[in-house]
Amino acid sequence: MTTKPDALPITVRGVTKTYGRVRALDDVSLDVKSGEFLTLLGPSGSGKTTLLMVLAGFTRPDKGSLKFGEHEMIRTAPHLRGVGMVFQNYALFPHMTVAGNVGYPLRLRGTPKAEMAERIERALDLVQLGGYGKRGIEQLSGGQKQRVALARSIVFEPRILLMDEPLSALDKKLRDRMQIELRHLHEQLGMTTVYVTHDQREALTMSDRIAVVNHGRIMQLAEPQQLYDRPENKFVADFIGDSSFLPVMRGGAGVTFGDMAIRMDGAVPDADSLLLMIRPERARLLNGETPEDTNVFEATVTELVYQGESYLLYARLKDGSEIAVRGAIREGTYQNLPRAGDTARLGLHRADTVVIAGEDA
Amino acid sequence: MAAADMNAAGLRRDERAERWRLFGLSSPALLLVLVILVIPVGWLFYVSFIGADGTFSLENYERMIKRKSYSRIFITTFQVSLLTTGLCILIGYPLAYFMSQLPVKWANLCLITVLLPFWTSLLVRTYAWLVLLQKQGLVNQWAISMGLWDEPLKFVHNMTGTLIGMVHIMLPFLILPVYGAMRAIDGDYLKAASNLGASPRRAFWTVFFPLSTPGLFAGSLMVFVLCLGFFVTPAVLGGGRVIMVSMKIVSNIELFVNWGAASALGVVLLLMTAVILWIASRFLKLEQMTGGGH
Ligand SMILES: Nc1ncnc2c1ncn2[C@@H]1O[C@H](COP(=O)(O)OP(=O)(O)OP(=O)(O)O)[C@@H](O)[C@H]1O
Ligand SMILES: [Mg+2]
Repeated sequence: MTTKPDALPITVRGVTKTYGRVRALDDVSLDVKSGEFLTLLGPSGSGKTTLLMVLAGFTRPDKGSLKFGEHEMIRTAPHLRGVGMVFQNYALFPHMTVAGNVGYPLRLRGTPKAEMAERIERALDLVQLGGYGKRGIEQLSGGQKQRVALARSIVFEPRILLMDEPLSALDKKLRDRMQIELRHLHEQLGMTTVYVTHDQREALTMSDRIAVVNHGRIMQLAEPQQLYDRPENKFVADFIGDSSFLPVMRGGAGVTFGDMAIRMDGAVPDADSLLLMIRPERARLLNGETPEDTNVFEATVTELVYQGESYLLYARLKDGSEIAVRGAIREGTYQNLPRAGDTARLGLHRADTVVIAGEDA
Repeated sequence: MAAADMNAAGLRRDERAERWRLFGLSSPALLLVLVILVIPVGWLFYVSFIGADGTFSLENYERMIKRKSYSRIFITTFQVSLLTTGLCILIGYPLAYFMSQLPVKWANLCLITVLLPFWTSLLVRTYAWLVLLQKQGLVNQWAISMGLWDEPLKFVHNMTGTLIGMVHIMLPFLILPVYGAMRAIDGDYLKAASNLGASPRRAFWTVFFPLSTPGLFAGSLMVFVLCLGFFVTPAVLGGGRVIMVSMKIVSNIELFVNWGAASALGVVLLLMTAVILWIASRFLKLEQMTGGGH
């Protein structure tokens, strides 16, 4: 992460927004570091757009504080905030050419003609659309529109860039490429970036940190790996990646599942109800062996699903809870896997054993 | 290949049959157009080239060029049409803008009030203005009693009255397309403009207004063209001082029983309208007027 000296941190404190009975934002506090790429990730209707609109100034919250650097911004009109924004549908002006769109913020600022042309061209080069200035907006493909929208929002060198699901209208291949490009662009320009998506892979790929949002509240704010490996609550564990949950009790030095003591590295959260989280790709199918430092579960296979590069095996434990295990398929291995009705032994290494707070926490 | 050939012939036959069916279905409409449009207009052309002695002649057109009164009539017609269009824009555009900013529910209510005048006849509305605006009319009586002016003002039987009536009648034709165009403007465009640094005023002039011009152009054109051939309102409220082409056509028939002269005026009016529409269509797609395109 390169921090340009003029990138600005964002400080959000106690922002609440209600629409009638719906709490779109519920006492949200958030710190975005200077030059950081922070993603708001959450299910539909969780309040991501609302939060972004509060940052941009299009939604007036009921209360709260918003600072860019040292300056309180919550009552500043949108056109005076100096943040760039990429809209979900791009919102490119249809009555202007590509150059007209990209030059629009410069024209508003009275940039001299020669400098303007140069900066437009530089911005277009940056998004790899050099020479497209004379085109009409209707002559562009979806990916090109997306790039023009991006060029328009960075050409005036805002210190904060906001993006609301900018890639959602693109097909998967293009989306993957644009993710990398956006990431590179961010490294080059270093502006503080708040990015909205409901695609968890996108969030994991691009972000310095991710804020998981649900019901207008931030459920966890952490780096991608932390978020995936050490979720703080069931919502985050469930929303990011796949996982099975086993109810466990506090006991001995750590926790127990039934009468079995669970071996684990991490700490046990301070909560009444506890769940053991098992990621399918972290658990594995054991043959006869009993490896060290591994929790072993006896189970009955309920279903084996072929998924091309991997298999997914569902098994039921004695207490009735279900675990999923994912494994790679190599030559011949698929034939030897247990089928529905067979018994299987499943192993989970203590380093991969994570206990989280249950729902009521 | 044999199989492909076999089907090709059959499919071609199906295609042709379908086209005939389509033609059959649209033929009543085509017939109607022929009867109520093509034949009368053709007759109009024909009659306009018949002189007083019943033979072919250009005298109806020559008279139009030679007599000064005719050119005055054409100038008046254009004057009234232009002024009406201009006033309609001045009143209708802000109104449509206001409506487009309202929530849809309220806007629809406004739309109904805009369309309300269509429920009463043109004649009634025009005479209502006469009642309101004449010397002893409500407006003058009220204003004098309030001390706004001392002598009754002349609102009718002149250009003022004609314009008041015309603008009132024409306003919906301007508001509807303008409002439609404004509603179609995605709110995100204005948000984007504002985000990029445009004050509300700049955003309006650089984004909203340009995007609403197709509707404004369509509405203005509609009003202008309708004004060119308008009769009732200028006849009643103009009091014989504002003479438009349509009124001259009527007097040619009623007073002078000169069908040739009337027809020639009709033809010229028709051609002028056609030329204006043709020129306009080079600037905007006509389907935008009928609401088909965007
Ligand atoms: N203008 C509005 N009027 C009323 N309710 C609104 C308005 N805008 C948002 N909401 C409500 O606020 C909540 C949060 O909406 P928001 O658009 O922020 O969700 P989101 O996280 O962006 O969802 P999505 O992923 O579907 O875009 C939703 O319940 C939504 O219905
Ligand atoms: Mg959203």
